[in-house]
Amino acid sequence: MVKAESLVAPVEPDFYHAPTKHRGILAWILSTDHKRIGILYLITMLFFFFTAVALGVLMRLEMLTPGKTIVEPQTYNTFFTLHGIIMIFLFIIPGIPAVFGNFMLPLLIGAKDVFFPRLNLLSWWLFLTGGLLALVSVFLPGGPADTGWTFYVPYSIRTSTNVMPALFAAFILGFSSILTGLNFVTTIHRMRAPGMTWFRMPLFVWSLYATAWVQVLATPIIGITLLLVALERFFGIGIFDPAMGGDPVLYQHLFWIYSHPAVYIMILPGLGVVSEILPVFARRTIFGYKFIAFSSVAIALVGSLVWAHHMFTVGMSNTAMFIFSFLTFLVSIPSAIKVFNWIATLYKGSIALEVPLLFVLSMIVQFSIGGFTGLMLGALAINIHVTDTYFVVGHFHYVMFGGTGFALFGAIHYWFPKIFGRMFAKKPAVISWILVTIGFNALYFPFFVMGYMGMPRRYYDYLPQFQPYHIFATVGSWILVAGLLIMAINLIVAVRRGAPATANPWGGKTLEWTVSSPPPAENFHEIPVVTKGPYDYSEYEETPLEAT
Amino acid sequence: MNAQVQAAVPVHEHHRDDVGTKIGMWLFLFTELILFGGLFIVYAVYRFKHPAEFQLAAKELDTFVGTANTIILLTSSLTVAMSITSIQEGRKRLSMLLVALTILLALAFLVNKYFEWSHKFSLGLYPQSPELLNKPQGEILYFGLYYVMTGLHALHVIIGMIVLAFMVVFIARGTINQRSFVKLEAGGLYWHLVDIIWIFLFPLFYLLH
Amino acid sequence: MSKPHDSHTEEKSHTVSYGNLVLIWLGLLALTGITVALSGFSIGRWVIITALTIASVKSLLVMNVFMHLRFEDRMFRVFVSVALLTLAIFLTLTFFDYAFY
Repeated sequence: MVKAESLVAPVEPDFYHAPTKHRGILAWILSTDHKRIGILYLITMLFFFFTAVALGVLMRLEMLTPGKTIVEPQTYNTFFTLHGIIMIFLFIIPGIPAVFGNFMLPLLIGAKDVFFPRLNLLSWWLFLTGGLLALVSVFLPGGPADTGWTFYVPYSIRTSTNVMPALFAAFILGFSSILTGLNFVTTIHRMRAPGMTWFRMPLFVWSLYATAWVQVLATPIIGITLLLVALERFFGIGIFDPAMGGDPVLYQHLFWIYSHPAVYIMILPGLGVVSEILPVFARRTIFGYKFIAFSSVAIALVGSLVWAHHMFTVGMSNTAMFIFSFLTFLVSIPSAIKVFNWIATLYKGSIALEVPLLFVLSMIVQFSIGGFTGLMLGALAINIHVTDTYFVVGHFHYVMFGGTGFALFGAIHYWFPKIFGRMFAKKPAVISWILVTIGFNALYFPFFVMGYMGMPRRYYDYLPQFQPYHIFATVGSWILVAGLLIMAINLIVAVRRGAPATANPWGGKTLEWTVSSPPPAENFHEIPVVTKGPYDYSEYEETPLEAT
Repeated sequence: MNAQVQAAVPVHEHHRDDVGTKIGMWLFLFTELILFGGLFIVYAVYRFKHPAEFQLAAKELDTFVGTANTIILLTSSLTVAMSITSIQEGRKRLSMLLVALTILLALAFLVNKYFEWSHKFSLGLYPQSPELLNKPQGEILYFGLYYVMTGLHALHVIIGMIVLAFMVVFIARGTINQRSFVKLEAGGLYWHLVDIIWIFLFPLFYLLH
Repeated sequence: MSKPHDSHTEEKSHTVSYGNLVLIWLGLLALTGITVALSGFSIGRWVIITALTIASVKSLLVMNVFMHLRFEDRMFRVFVSVALLTLAIFLTLTFFDYAFY
């Protein structure tokens, strides 16, 4: 496949057409090539994502009216449980690291693959297994779990629904996450190209590094906690059962010790993507590189200390409440530092309003709203009023979806030409961005208002005064889904029919743009020697940057 | 152009990176450490809440067997560490023997455990037994933790034995040899962690008097 | 600290002699004996502290010598410290809920 505009002498085929050990579908599902594995994750995640989106649409349909609209209360409980499990464990946590981390990390650091390629493949198989197990639980007798994705005891011990398959699915998925984290830490330590010092690494790599450590250190806690619930259900061990002296609040501590750092697993790579995209489309080097790099580490660190802010109303000691509230406020600081540095990067830049930047801009605003409402939730006095209301639901959708989700959309448009060797059509992409942004905010902003007015979360029924907000939100969900469908169709069509892409259509400065689109099987003909930091747009500056 | 690159060097021969392999193994050990760590947190909280009942329940455990098992595991750590020294010296047979000895010691540990658990079952001290449910809550929690923690540990002993068995085969085949033995090091690391977990389990369950 | 690309051949790795290994093992046995003996005395609240201290010393011996940590690159010790610190933080912060009003 010779491309005249390619910057690299086209001597070898791209990785899709390079010879492989296996043939047909096996060349994909048995491949240890990080690029193929990234695409495998992309395809399987897309399937899980749209399943969970469908559940969300159904939930919003049900909430159009108080009382029953389309399903019974028990069914609604299983809907939000599954929606949460799938979105969190099968989409957002693996999300950016599994797709773009896998595909891009070796390219960004000038390596041929990750350190443990076979372990990488195992990670994907575990992901697939866990996902299928979660979906199978829907159809087994007993019906899908109705505990909420948080599996709180004692209900999760008592309910007769299929909690066990869900627990094991989450356990297996945790393993997948751990192995990916382990792989990335080792890869970043040992496989950077000569000359790529820590402070010449792209910021996306920094974010993957911080995330990987959280994956390794926090995930085992959820592993043991879910295992304990499973043992409790199976053997009646008594560790969490109040009848035998067990403490349900202890369960919550253990659950959130993982699940709070998990949200940083979700957001950090998204923040890294933003830092990656902004310089390219502002034609400026990133403002405050070291601040952003260290803030990723700081968020990972401090974010591991705040978990009990999910438990302010369960009866903890005053000391604990005070300390966790204080720490929660602290963790906003490195996040804010990132936002300030991003804005400074854009300021007086030469802005190119390409599609990746559009998603990033939405992301920054939405992430800020989510972060700010997080601070509100961290304040004890406000928290007791809005906890377990739609306010919380609004908050986490703004950070996880408005933040990470949109960053993922930005990433997919940014790296699309590199991954598929094709360019997507710009107009449908812009339309999808408009619809998704409008739909997202129309759906979730009313949640803050409703929550503040007292609408409880996970409730099937509600008082009439909330209905106008619910209707507004549901219409918003339709606009959002329309945008998502247009985005998906536009990209899927472009895979086959898009215009062939050059090696560097956006004018990026990081290493992935020095190889062909798509890259060759071994990424680089020769391992590059790095002499500068990333994002050197000094030719656009009036006064050149000093060498890093 | 103008990317980060100025020049390129010819591709290196793909060479082994033992340090990287060891990093990966240590990271995996951290996950095991924190997996058990969660259980230690549960233990700490419940012991803090029910100190007297924990002490009472601990009387059911046989300190002699526990001590014997501790010595067995410590010795097994010695043998596997020595197997690395011997492979470094190129003494293939000795290395295999030492790993095999490690596996035997692990087996002895498991046999002891089996008798311990059987004895407790015969006393009616198992989850959901009428005798246990009659006891105060602190004691029920103690035994629940006892079975989960020593049970999970025993599972890891079994896994370790399987890993070590593979090591014996690798040494026999020459996959592990004097110049390339990072696999044995990795296997040994796993085994030592299993030992360390027991080093903490032992006083927390057996030495409460 | 680690160089991204080892362009030199692997150095000869460090060997721990059988003698040193046995010495450590004897130390571990001795510490086991001490901790068992101490548990026989009525020292009340100090039981847990002494037991955990001795267990920690044993673990340090196993980690540093048997697991070779002492002879590895310093980065490994940093990693281990991070992991242990993480666990310590989880435990401590949880206890803020249980040890105070």
